[in-house]
Formats: sequence, C-alpha cells, structure tokens
Amino acid sequence: MNQFQYIQPAKQKAAIDALTKDAKAMFIAGGTNLLDLMKRGLAAPEKLVDINKLPLKKIEFNNNGLRIGALALNSEVAQDKLVREKQPLLVQALEAGASGQLRNMATMGGNILQRTRCPYFYDIALPCNKREPGSGCGALAGFNRMHAIFGFSDKCIAVHPSDMSVALAALDATVVVAGPQGERQILFTDLHRLPGDQPEKDTILERNELILAIDIPDKPFAQKVHYLKARDRASYAFALVSVAAALATDKNIITAARIAMGGVAHKPWRLFEAEKFLEGKPVSEANFRSAAELAMQGAKAFNHNAYKLKLAPNSIAAALKAAAGIA
Amino acid sequence: MARNKKTDGVDESTEPGSFAPNKARRTFLKKSSALVALALTPPPVLKAAEMEDQVTAAFEKVKITLHVNGTRHKLAVEPRVTLLDLLREDLKLTGTKKGCDYGQCGACTVHVDGKRVLSCLSLAVMQNGRKITTIEGLADGEKLHPLQEAFIKHDGLQCGYCTPGQIMSAVACIREGQAGSEPEIREYMSGNICRCGAYPNIVNAIMEVNQSGQKV
Repeated sequence: MNQFQYIQPAKQKAAIDALTKDAKAMFIAGGTNLLDLMKRGLAAPEKLVDINKLPLKKIEFNNNGLRIGALALNSEVAQDKLVREKQPLLVQALEAGASGQLRNMATMGGNILQRTRCPYFYDIALPCNKREPGSGCGALAGFNRMHAIFGFSDKCIAVHPSDMSVALAALDATVVVAGPQGERQILFTDLHRLPGDQPEKDTILERNELILAIDIPDKPFAQKVHYLKARDRASYAFALVSVAAALATDKNIITAARIAMGGVAHKPWRLFEAEKFLEGKPVSEANFRSAAELAMQGAKAFNHNAYKLKLAPNSIAAALKAAAGIA
Repeated sequence: MARNKKTDGVDESTEPGSFAPNKARRTFLKKSSALVALALTPPPVLKAAEMEDQVTAAFEKVKITLHVNGTRHKLAVEPRVTLLDLLREDLKLTGTKKGCDYGQCGACTVHVDGKRVLSCLSLAVMQNGRKITTIEGLADGEKLHPLQEAFIKHDGLQCGYCTPGQIMSAVACIREGQAGSEPEIREYMSGNICRCGAYPNIVNAIMEVNQSGQKV
C-alpha cells in the first residue's frame, strides 16, 4: 500500500474542502472496498479523509418516508426496527450482500460507491478502460461470465456489484449529497452511469461530493416485496443475477410495480417497461412471465454469459411470484 | 505487553508440554521478522496527535490508544498499517491469521467494540480508543471459551488456520442471535472460509454451544 496522509475532520465542510483542495485525496468510511483497492494498487490516494466523525448515522422516519444516514452501517440498517417495518426489501437485499463481518464495517454511502469486481479491473497486468482509460477492455473478448447483458459499451461490460443498490433503485430512493456548492438531491436511478465512452466514471457525483443520506419514500409497494439473488455458492458471493421486486395490489390487480436487476449492467437496472406492463393487470404467473420477456428485450450476451439470458427472465418471474405471494 | 517480554527473553520450547519445534520456530520468526521490520522502518517522527483536523504526514506515525484483550496499549502507527498487521507484528498477537488479506476469507476476524470485523480491511489509526478482542482474549485464564472447547470436541478444524477467525465469528454469531438453526448458522458464518471443509463440524460445534445456553 502506498503511503498517505490521514485526517479525521469533525466538520462536513472541512471534509469536503480537503478533497477540493487536494486532487489526490479521497474519503474513507468503512474502508472495505477502498483498502482492498489500495492494497492491489488500484487506488493510491495521497491523503485519506476519514469521515467517521461526521454525524451521518441517523435512521429516521418522517412524513416523506425513511431517511438513512450515509454512515449507518449495513448491519445496523438491516437490524433496525423501523427499517425492517417500513422497507423489508432493503433489509432482504442488505442481508443478501457480503458477510456478517463486512456488513458490520460497510456504510450505506460506501456500499453505493463500491467499484466493480470485474477481474480485468482488479488485475493491474490486464487492460481495463475503467481503471486505465484507453487501455482497452479485456473482458470484451476475454472471460466474461459475470458481465453485463444490458447497457454496456464497447469500452466496458462490467457490472455494478451492490445488492443494496438494486433495492434502492427499485424503491424510488433519492440520495442527498453535499459539495462545495451546497446540497443536491439525486434520484437513485440517475446516480450510477452507463459506461459509454467514460467507463472510469461510475456515478454522476463529483469527486469532492459527499453522500449525506438516502431517502426512501413511503409508497404502497413497500410491503409486497422480494429480493432474489442467484449466485455461484449459497452465500457470500456476488450476484450472477439478482432481482428486487415490489408490488402494490388491490383485489388481485397490480396497482404499482417496481423491479430492478443486479448483475446485468453497469448500474442497478430498472425494468420500467415491465413495470408499466404489469400495472392494471391481474396477479398471475403468465403476466409475470410476459413482463420478464418484455424486460429482456435488447439483452445481448457475450462468449461466457449467455446463461444470463435465461437466468434473468426466470429470476424476474420468480421474484415477482414471491413478492405477490403466489406459489 | 507481557507477551513481548516472554518471546523476547525466554526460549518457550523448554516449557513442559509445549509443542517445542513449532514454538521455537514461531519465536524465531517473530524475532527475525521484527529485525527485518526494524531495518526497513524509516526513522519515526513521533508527534502528539490529537487527530481532529490535523494532517499527518505520510511518514509520520500517529499516536493511538487501543484496548486489546483488556490491556491498554499506547502505540504509534503509520496510517497505512492495518489492524491485522498491528496485532500480529507490533503486539505479537499472532493468533489472528492473515489469510487472503483482501477481506475474502474471514481468517482475520476480530471483535471491535463487540462487533465482528475483518482486521485486514481496518486501518489501525481508525480504531483509536476502541476495544479489540482477539482469539487470545477469549479464554478465561487456563479455562477455554465454550466455543474453543466445542471446536475441539466436534473436531471443527483440520489445518486450523481459519479456526481463530471461525471462533471469533461464531461467538459473534451466537451473540447476534443468528445461530438458531443449521441453515442460519451456515448463512451467518459464510464470511469464514475453511478450505479443509470442516464446515459440518463447525456448524455442530456452534449449534451445541448455542443450544446449551452458555454465556458466550
């Protein structure tokens, strides 16, 4: 690991100023991803700005919904009584991610901002446009079993690894961020980018912007939910495909649907067309199957991930059935 | 720091009933690696560090206080030193193992303020003031912790390298109330990898301690 300076500011402004002044400075919170990247030489900050003294841990519920501080730990949020009552989908997604130890360290903000686990990104001996713009994409014609089937470009076919973020995308969440110019709110589905010509940019955030909190609105689809995660082993593995499904129904008619997928794109992938298709239709396996087929339009596989073209629609239908409570 | 004195001064292999070759080798390794570390360490610039808003220069060591297994340690560490390396290299608490060093195997699991975490992905400077418990801190004197006893009884190990992490995680798992059934134990212990495949026996050991109602 490179040597670096370390500061632990007590004020939000001081933390943001530190990154504004120093182009080689980075925030650190839980450190579970950043330290991993630093040990492998994928990140080499000259200064670490430890934000753990900032008062960003609160979990509260108001008229608009749930507000979760960016520094709340993944385990704290998953065990929180209020969160378990109001947003069971988020709890399911959190518990599907990482391990007991990592969830005790990882923060909400850090989970959102974690980098891809694409093996070409992780190996500094191999080309990767995300790590080193212009060096090429090793995965494109390489080992691409874990990679995207939606929204990729010829520069990058990596996927976003977070489970939690898939649930937040489905739940119409918003992130509150602060920068030198003050605060702004970003719709969660707008936060992460598709790779396009700039795969080095995971999100639309500026490097000196700090996530303060996540807002999850109180909506009628919050209770009939299911998070399904398909992976190589029973636990503690990244998703091959995951689906966050949320439904509101009235006398067996779907009044609202929210569906997002993980493991298939550079960002949590919302299935807007499938959601629209389901609204107003009765709860039925046939309708869930049709929605899944609709969601798969435009999907394209590479050499080693064609299995996702089957796994994804099956997972969508299964997650919707589980959310609706039909066998 | 009693441990330091012991390993520095006494040849542990002469203790009756000890695994002599291993202990001698371990002591040699500790001594020799300490010498190498000493040779490679830049001259320390120790400065009083009330860390708030203070910039610590890259080569500068930061003063921190850690409570490890009930003992208070005042230490000066470089910001890039992980909690794992601090425990093993500085405090000579080599019970906590370095498996992958990338947060994938769980061998380095310790408790920080009662929560199980991966010490390989924790910077020591970020733990200032916290209470750390390692595998060395579980036993009550000569009396092993119930989970240590259960791992022996159920043969919950082969090579033993993952065992300290498994046991630290298992203690937390029971305290968290997530050891109620075999599937639950398997899920909540999934961050601890055992390449020997002792999983069934590990699960049995945890099940037994949890069901016994013993305080862990």
